[in-house]
Amino acid sequence: MNKKKIEKTADTKHKIALDFTIEGNNFSSAGEASIRLKHALQHIGYPALLIRRIAVAAYEAEMNIIIHAQRGVLKAEITPETVTIWAEDEGPGIPDVDLAMQEGYSTAPDYIREMGFGAGMGLPNIKRCADKFEIQTHVEKRGNIEKGTKVKIVIYNK
Amino acid sequence: MTVEQVVRALGLNVRSGASKLDQKVGGVYVSDLLSDVMANAKQGDIWITLQVHQNVVAVATLLDLSGVIISRGAEPAEAIIAKAEQEGVPVLTSPEPTFEVAGRLYQLLSEPDAPALK
Repeated sequence: MNKKKIEKTADTKHKIALDFTIEGNNFSSAGEASIRLKHALQHIGYPALLIRRIAVAAYEAEMNIIIHAQRGVLKAEITPETVTIWAEDEGPGIPDVDLAMQEGYSTAPDYIREMGFGAGMGLPNIKRCADKFEIQTHVEKRGNIEKGTKVKIVIYNK
Repeated sequence: MTVEQVVRALGLNVRSGASKLDQKVGGVYVSDLLSDVMANAKQGDIWITLQVHQNVVAVATLLDLSGVIISRGAEPAEAIIAKAEQEGVPVLTSPEPTFEVAGRLYQLLSEPDAPALK
């Protein structure tokens, strides 16, 4: 049943790369990519408080793909100094990013809210946990740029 | 106070994670909004919720919560129990509404030696 799988796990001397495919609307395995990332960080001995911030940010990014997009990817690169997470989807894009960054604003449909998602706290939670947070979003295809949202999260081990 | 002591004092049903009941309970968080829990629950907290889908387990795992109490007699699906067992998350159920469960837990954690509220 689990269609989310690790596509690539490269473990070089000082860098671990994780790459997960996230299937939109698949709530039954939602959170698994973030849990794998968390376990990897625990395995290499990252500090617990940092793991919490990374886990929260990754989970919210993963859920955003599941709630809003048909599919997407969650990628992470772990070094002793930095964790970088990329969440990229082929979803509808965000028409007003400033609005989406406001706590309480959500476009999630009712059936998703009934599950306790769509509180409008996802992006604000990510920003709060991140040392660096970048978002690029397009509501329509323009030239070579596809519709969708790309989020980059950087958290420093300091 | 351990999860096991909470289970005994409140008469909770242990649905998964029976081998993890020796964990310490740091505090309690009550919410049915998952992102709110992600933002505000602390490691070691027990989480009281009415949500009964599998994401409850993912949230509890990611935050290292000591357990989840599903209140008001809500029944977790078998898939959650299996997942929680696999991740080592105690899922506990109570027939009582959230207010009563939270109130009794508040008293228990504030005054561990007082007789439990009936």
